[in-house]
Parts: sequence; structure tokens; C-alpha cells
Amino acid sequence: MAKREISEINAGSMADIAFLLLIFFLVTTTMDTDTGLIRKLPPPPEDLTEPPPPIKQRNIFEILVNANDQLLVEGEYMQVTELREKAKEFIKSDVGNPNMPEFKEEQIDGLGLYPVSKQIISLQNDNGTSYDMYIKVQNELVAAYNELRNEFAQQKFGKTYQELTQQAAASETAEQQLDAVKKVYPQRISEAEPKKVGGTN
Amino acid sequence: MSKFRKKGKKSQPAVNTAALPDIVFMLLFFFMVTTTMRETTLKVENKIPFATEIEKLERKSLVSYIYIGKPIKELQPVFGTAPRIQLNDAFKTKEDIFQFVEMERDERDEAERNLITWSLKVDQKTEMGIVTDVKQELRKANALKINYSTKKTDKILN
Repeated sequence: MAKREISEINAGSMADIAFLLLIFFLVTTTMDTDTGLIRKLPPPPEDLTEPPPPIKQRNIFEILVNANDQLLVEGEYMQVTELREKAKEFIKSDVGNPNMPEFKEEQIDGLGLYPVSKQIISLQNDNGTSYDMYIKVQNELVAAYNELRNEFAQQKFGKTYQELTQQAAASETAEQQLDAVKKVYPQRISEAEPKKVGGTN
Repeated sequence: MSKFRKKGKKSQPAVNTAALPDIVFMLLFFFMVTTTMRETTLKVENKIPFATEIEKLERKSLVSYIYIGKPIKELQPVFGTAPRIQLNDAFKTKEDIFQFVEMERDERDEAERNLITWSLKVDQKTEMGIVTDVKQELRKANALKINYSTKKTDKILN
């Protein structure tokens, strides 16, 4: 019996098959990671047995947005671009100024007793406000907090706020510093239940 | 003059393409590893707004999406142009959100149920009314960690 020689399998179309698979995966998958503004909603309202303690007017920074996407900040008409500075001024507060938020001494790890302003930002929007505008306002407020935190972190620890957040996972001191920065400028944005603030719908 | 005589008809050898499949497979594996499957087909218009202070959502398996916007052009004759909520692959009303939250929670491990981020992908032209309704429903369902999906930009224009 003569041995029959086995001919080599033709692999010429292998590339075509691989290309086909490649194109299939290119079409059906996405690469984009989601990015956005991360927020925390307040827990569902419970039956209130006692009304919440009143908050002094000087501690509240009031923002109203109407259906025409116009801003009313502390009773003043304003553009979105001006909001950041105004919010920063308010969050930072001023010890001597009776119109600015009060301070409360708080125990913070790594800093000891530190005066933290009792600021609260109250945001109220109309049902007709555009989502675009809403995000702009939210973004400016977050930016105001981030800038203040950044300034504080650089002054106290010689690092930017961004560096701290990046290092927090790896180093314990950075984590503690980050916590301290967050406690000095806590993000307090309260969203009121929507009302008809005005303007045409 | 034999030196300059044309040498027969010697064609150039074909380029060796034996390594081509390997290269393509390499590309294929790269894409298989770095990408994720598209899970839903969009039924609403979804042009999300821009922001500067964005954060990245870390674990994709722990993100659930809620889409809000006008129905796309092809569906407008049937569903009209009023903004709608899309959960998974279908239009839903805000009353369905509670159930949706429960279902999404059931799909995850018990330990991770409270870590789910609810990403709101809302068209920028939508009015806040419907978004607020959705937020209230999420609160009722105790789904509190939300994300307003936005794209990165350097400067916000007024």
C-alpha cells in the first residue's frame, strides 16, 4: 500500500473569515465609556412627624430657573456664565459679613477643629426648563465646588484636587486629605420639588 | 550586448500573505476585549448635553440606562413627538420605572445591588417635567445613585 500524500489545507481564505468576524464585532459593539455628572438623590420622603428645622436665609443660596431658561439667583437676574463666581463667593463665605453663611466648627481628621460654612444651595426649576439649561446650572455649581476644593487642596497639601482623587485609591494619606477637603467644602445642593416658577410652557 | 538583454519573462514573486490572518485575528481580539456589546437600539432622539466637570463611570456592568427624548423620526407617525421614556428596548411610562429598577436589581449579585448607578441619557431639548417625574420615581424605588450622562467639553457657552 503506497502512502498517499496528504495535501496541505488551503488557508488562503482564513484572512477573509477573520475579516468577517472583525467587521461583525466592529458593528455590534461600542467602545464609548459613559461619562457624566454623578449625583445622589435624597432618600424617599418619609411621613414627617416634625417639620425640619428652619434654615436661616443667610445660609441659603437660592437659584430659580424658569421655563424660558432664565436664571434668578438670590433675587437677581443672571447669566449662566456669572453663576460660578457668585456661587464660589457664597460657598467660601466671609466671617464678618452678616449676609454670608455662618460657620460651624467641625472636627476634621488631619485638620482638627475647622470652621465649615453652613452653606446650602437651593435649586428650583420649572417643569418647562430645558434639560440643557438644567445641566449647565448643575455643571456650574459642581465646578464652583471643585474649584474651591482645588484651591484649598493646593494651599494645604500642595496638590490639586484632581491629583488627590487619583491618588486616593493607592495611598492612605491622600485618601485622608481628600476626605478633609470634601469636609471643608461639602457639596450641598438641594433640589426643591418642582413648581411652576413662571414663564410660558 | 547580451548584458542588456531582457531576462526572459520572470514575474515578481507574489507577496507572502500567510501572516495576514494572524494580523487580522490580533485586531479582532483587540476589539473583542476592549468593547462591549450594544444592548439597546435607540428609539428616542438622544443628543446628550455637554459639561466640563464630568466623571467617568467605572464599572459598566453596574450601570443601568434610562433614555428620555422625542421618538425618532421613523416612529413619530405612531408615537407622536412628545418626549418618552425608553427602558431596555421599549417605550415605557413613568409607572414602569419601579418595576424596571427591581428587575435590574435582580439581575445583579446581591452584594452589588446597592452599587448600581442609574444613568439618565436625556436629550438636551427635553423639558425638565418628565425628567423630574423619573427622578421622583427613582427616589420611590430607592435608586438614589444617578448620573446625568453628558459629554466632555472645555468651555460652556451661554
